Amino acid sequence: MNVETTQPVITVNNLVTYYGDQKILDDVSLTVNAGEIMVIMGGSGSGKSTLLRYLLGLHSIDGGEICLFGKDISRLSTREWMEMRKKIGVSFQGGALFNSMNVGENVRMPLREHTQLDENTMKIMSRMKLEVVNLAGYEHLMPAQLSGGMVKRAALARAIVMDPSILFFDEPSAGLDPVVAADLDNLILRIREAMKVSIVVVTHELDSAFKIADRITVLDRGRILMVGTVDEVRHSDNPRIRNLLTRTSEDEPVDADEYLQRLTEGAMRN
Amino acid sequence: MTFPVEDKQGFSVVILNGEVDLNNSPDARKVILTCLKKMKHVMVDLSNVEYIDSSGVASLVEGFQYARTNNLEFGLIGVSEAAMSVLRLARLDQVFKIYASLEDRLENGS
Repeated sequence: MNVETTQPVITVNNLVTYYGDQKILDDVSLTVNAGEIMVIMGGSGSGKSTLLRYLLGLHSIDGGEICLFGKDISRLSTREWMEMRKKIGVSFQGGALFNSMNVGENVRMPLREHTQLDENTMKIMSRMKLEVVNLAGYEHLMPAQLSGGMVKRAALARAIVMDPSILFFDEPSAGLDPVVAADLDNLILRIREAMKVSIVVVTHELDSAFKIADRITVLDRGRILMVGTVDEVRHSDNPRIRNLLTRTSEDEPVDADEYLQRLTEGAMRN
Repeated sequence: MTFPVEDKQGFSVVILNGEVDLNNSPDARKVILTCLKKMKHVMVDLSNVEYIDSSGVASLVEGFQYARTNNLEFGLIGVSEAAMSVLRLARLDQVFKIYASLEDRLENGS
């Protein structure tokens, strides 16, 4: 069911995760409302893709909670999680299409997995979604025969084939030329409008983030720097956000002794 | 859930209402195709549809294709905004014959 309200469909409270001894996400809290586009933005290594993997339930959390549709996902049974997965669409960065299947079969895959619909109905549904992403007529091509932009669109068709209530994108514009990237942004906006779906986009592309976001979460070194509207983020005084927006890196303070030691270790002869 | 059918002025009118999704779209498909096997003129009333997903729209597409193949009339009447936005997304608003009401179809012809 897709209903536009201001009720949160995603709630993350004080999320903490580790990779070995290293803390990756530190006290992350955010909400995503129904029908909202939330962009998670940050530099390389900020933890944004990691956060996405946790939202998708791919890893167990070390602290806090993640609720989808009001339910703590760590407490769901396998069966309950499978039911919830039907309401979630994901478009992975590389597309994650099955290379042994053609485009049409890839798009129909979730329908085969989760429904008992008639074969004709599944074909029509997958072709409708290929129409939506402007890939009509390409259903018989194999993934290897597609351009980068077409792979992204095929992955998007598969992500929306079940009419999800939440749609996740991992770096949708990465590796695309500006025109193709802008087309994809427009497509994301059209899908939100027509399907009233809540969308979470992980990206480091500023233009794309500012174009599609209702709100932006800025992550830095595993912590949330800011959650705000496009205007609030754009006009933030926070120096780390300014660095991100102007694409400059902030120099770490240099420990001269340690730095010299790193450079010269094993290289100097007395 | 079964969707009601009303016979009006030579038309079978299938009334879809509420939410049409994966749970009940097979019923919608069955009702639509059954009507088309009995009647030459079939309309689907979407005025009370609050939500329709792709499987529901696929049922309409199947009905339309069956009607074309068998030289029957198939149209949509009173399409709600919720249903129209889904049709528009796949540009199906340009494919289906859409009327404001059954009276509109009767007054203006097919």
